[in-house]
Amino acid sequence: MPESDNIINDVTSSEYKYGFISDIESETFPTGIDEDIVRLISKKKGEPEFMLEWRLKAFNHWKKMKMPDWAHLQIPPINYRDIIFYAVPKQSAKYESLDEIDPEIKATFDKLGIPLEEQKKLSGVAVDAVFDSVSVKTTFKEALSEKGIIFCSMSEAVQNHRDLIKQYLGSVVPYTDNYFATLNSAVFSDGSFVYIPKGVRCPMELSTYFRINALNTGQFERTLIIADEGAYVSYLEGCTAPMRDESQLHAAVVEIVVMKDAEVKYSTVQNWYPGDKQGKGGIYNFVTKRGICKGENARLSWTQVETGSAVTWKYPSCILQGDNSYGEFFSVAVTNNYQQADTGTKMIHIGKNTKSRIVSKGISAGFSQNSYRGLVKVLKNATNARNFSQCDSLLLGDKCGAHTFPYIEADNASAILEHEATTSRIGEDQIFYCNQRGIKTEDAVGLIINGYAREVINQLPMEFAVEAQKLLQISLEGSVG
Amino acid sequence: MNSPETSPMIEKLEQEFRVLLKQGDHLPEWFNEIRQNAFDVFKMTGFPAKKDENYKYTYLEPHITPSYQIPAHPVTIKIDEKEIFKCDVPELNTNLVLLINGFFYGKERLKKLSSGVIWGSLNEAILKYPDLVEAQYGKHLSQMNDPMAELNLAMSQDGFFIYLPDNTEMDAPIQIINIALNEDEQFISTHNLIIVGQNSHVKLVLCDHSLSPQRFIMNSASEVVAGKNARIEFSKLQNSHNHSVQVSSVSVSQDEGSNVISNYITLHGGIIRNNLLVNLNGKGAVNDASGLYIADKMQHIDNFVQIQHQSPECHSTQLYKGILDDISMGVFSGKILVAKDAQKTQAFQTNKNILLTSDAKVRTKPQLEIYADDVKCSHGATVGQIDEEALFYLRSRGIDNKEARLMLLHAFAHEVMKKISIDPLRDRYDELVNKRLRGELSRCNNCAVNCG
Repeated sequence: MPESDNIINDVTSSEYKYGFISDIESETFPTGIDEDIVRLISKKKGEPEFMLEWRLKAFNHWKKMKMPDWAHLQIPPINYRDIIFYAVPKQSAKYESLDEIDPEIKATFDKLGIPLEEQKKLSGVAVDAVFDSVSVKTTFKEALSEKGIIFCSMSEAVQNHRDLIKQYLGSVVPYTDNYFATLNSAVFSDGSFVYIPKGVRCPMELSTYFRINALNTGQFERTLIIADEGAYVSYLEGCTAPMRDESQLHAAVVEIVVMKDAEVKYSTVQNWYPGDKQGKGGIYNFVTKRGICKGENARLSWTQVETGSAVTWKYPSCILQGDNSYGEFFSVAVTNNYQQADTGTKMIHIGKNTKSRIVSKGISAGFSQNSYRGLVKVLKNATNARNFSQCDSLLLGDKCGAHTFPYIEADNASAILEHEATTSRIGEDQIFYCNQRGIKTEDAVGLIINGYAREVINQLPMEFAVEAQKLLQISLEGSVG
Repeated sequence: MNSPETSPMIEKLEQEFRVLLKQGDHLPEWFNEIRQNAFDVFKMTGFPAKKDENYKYTYLEPHITPSYQIPAHPVTIKIDEKEIFKCDVPELNTNLVLLINGFFYGKERLKKLSSGVIWGSLNEAILKYPDLVEAQYGKHLSQMNDPMAELNLAMSQDGFFIYLPDNTEMDAPIQIINIALNEDEQFISTHNLIIVGQNSHVKLVLCDHSLSPQRFIMNSASEVVAGKNARIEFSKLQNSHNHSVQVSSVSVSQDEGSNVISNYITLHGGIIRNNLLVNLNGKGAVNDASGLYIADKMQHIDNFVQIQHQSPECHSTQLYKGILDDISMGVFSGKILVAKDAQKTQAFQTNKNILLTSDAKVRTKPQLEIYADDVKCSHGATVGQIDEEALFYLRSRGIDNKEARLMLLHAFAHEVMKKISIDPLRDRYDELVNKRLRGELSRCNNCAVNCG
């Protein structure tokens, strides 16, 4: 099929759309990490004593840890001495109105299509934009605060909501959790903080945009979301990074606490720079995301569309502690060229009648490796636990790999657990069917991929779904094996 | 990896290994070289560590203590074969092979049939047909990269050997009875080598049993080599007492167009680990692996299966089913690997488990690792209970609760059994499983086909 050559060309030639570098002066720290850097970060942010102590504990623990090597990933050794652990856009004064924002930053956000400006209020998105490591501007804050909702940067939360931070920070992902989470605990620069009070339904979708700008900076943001009894919130996170030759490290932590009868939906569209066609550069995306359904009937839903990053290591998880709680994980992971992804979820059933559902769709093309890794664990007292997992892989091209590593651990006889997975490529018969009806091969592939990922994309809020679909097209346009 | 601290057991094994090696100085040099290399590899890694991903759910080391003796010589006592093998499976004609504590038992140590088939003691074959053995011995097992398999290569002195030249067929299935007969606690190693030439066909029945109540460790291994278009059927029944630790490593290499069917039925035996590695090296090879494990009390059964599609157009299926009662634990790890150029592969894997009590545990790890695009692969795993609706259906037809449950369990198990092509054997297994489920088969004192 000569057409397939063209198509492969198309795929490999599609450039990274968000690869531009903002010409903003950043205030950065010296490279490397030691206790002084940790102290400096804490001091710079004017943190109270307990935060510094927590960071130092994490740092001392991290020194004793080794980088995990169990994932199906080839990661070149990371030299933590060459990384700048903290970078702030220079004009880090507080902004009161939009006009005060550095026009360069605004232009960057405009290119990204973030509705940062107030006039875009109609789109109903409140944005907490994290540019490098400091939250630049939080929109819609007032509208939210009327309802008692707290949506601010982590730094502000540390200043203004100490009790909540003290109570919940590290309660889901403790500082000893894993190598990258521990590193994050020691050096995290900023992130978002959300608190939805009892019985409040957040009137709009909350959104954060992460973007790595400065050269050689690691982005270590930390997000904490607390939904109190009966609350509801839908949270969106999007990530991009400009093109850089050297790989950049991104080790984030997201913690979510869902109380009784509350519901949290967390959606991510991740399109960090994946590296070039030869696999040079790109982001290392090592993220720990975990939520706990603390009370009865709590619901937590993770949706992710992963198209970027050179290396992805990410397992958004649910701890289903409350009786009748419900966890969901929807994922589309696309890898192309030399990208590697090892992603999946953990569902830990602790409470009675807990249910979980996993839908994972992997698409690999080029020379990439795409793995699903997941754990479904039913503890002894979790009677009537129910899980259904489906993880499908689609292979486009004969140089890529698709892998599935599910773990099922059942300690309760009343558990009903099902796992199914298939691996296949786009069938010639499917293409033929479309061709026959006048649809070009390239469009047909787009159509089939969209159909394949639909179950997950449907979970996303509308604006995100549109973007996710576009991203899928950009990443894979017309590639057929 | 850090080399582990030498445990007392490894020290003891090393001492014994030196003795065995000395004892075997009349054996060919290449054979002793394989043993020495294998022991060096084992000593480097030690017993599978707790963090070893492949042994994630089965931690053997605490069960292997220096109190076990290593049998250096075959038993000399006279065994009345007729007494042991009152074969009560009607119409089952088999060629019987007896292995006691890993050693071939019988006067005629190696037979050569007119068809050119050679079978008997491995130890004897090493001396009489060194070229045949040397070409294959250890080559397939070492691909497993498993410390227990290496330990087997180091410590094994004897076992069963069969060689079928091209275009031959055995008149009847071969039944290999592997018995632990010991007065003290023993650590037994035994190694089978099965070489089947082009277009040849053989059926093998392996039975693991214990005749005495003492604790023992059985570290057995088999290497199965299937030539072009060869057909091998391989059925293993594990039915030893519950104080044993059994590690069985089977490595299968398949050439073009060959067909290997393997079947594991595990009824009794304390801690059991079955390693199965299949390499589909030739185009169009077919492998069908299945297993049934029924465990109660404190038993622990771990099936670790790796099917590696190295060539195009191969076909593999795995079906493993488990019924777990009391505080037993069932583990299944299955991995399908499809190499880069193994296009048109079809590989399917299923693992189903029934938990009968809230203390029984299941760990399952069905994995796919795929590097080719034109493939059809799927896997599925379930953990659940007896279907209440099916139960209701039976109850509504006047079948009492207990009987209905047994019927459903038996039907669940039968799916694996029906893959056995030797009819009398299948019927017998069906009966054994039925008894096992009813709890009437407490411990099999005798051979597989005489457990009545």
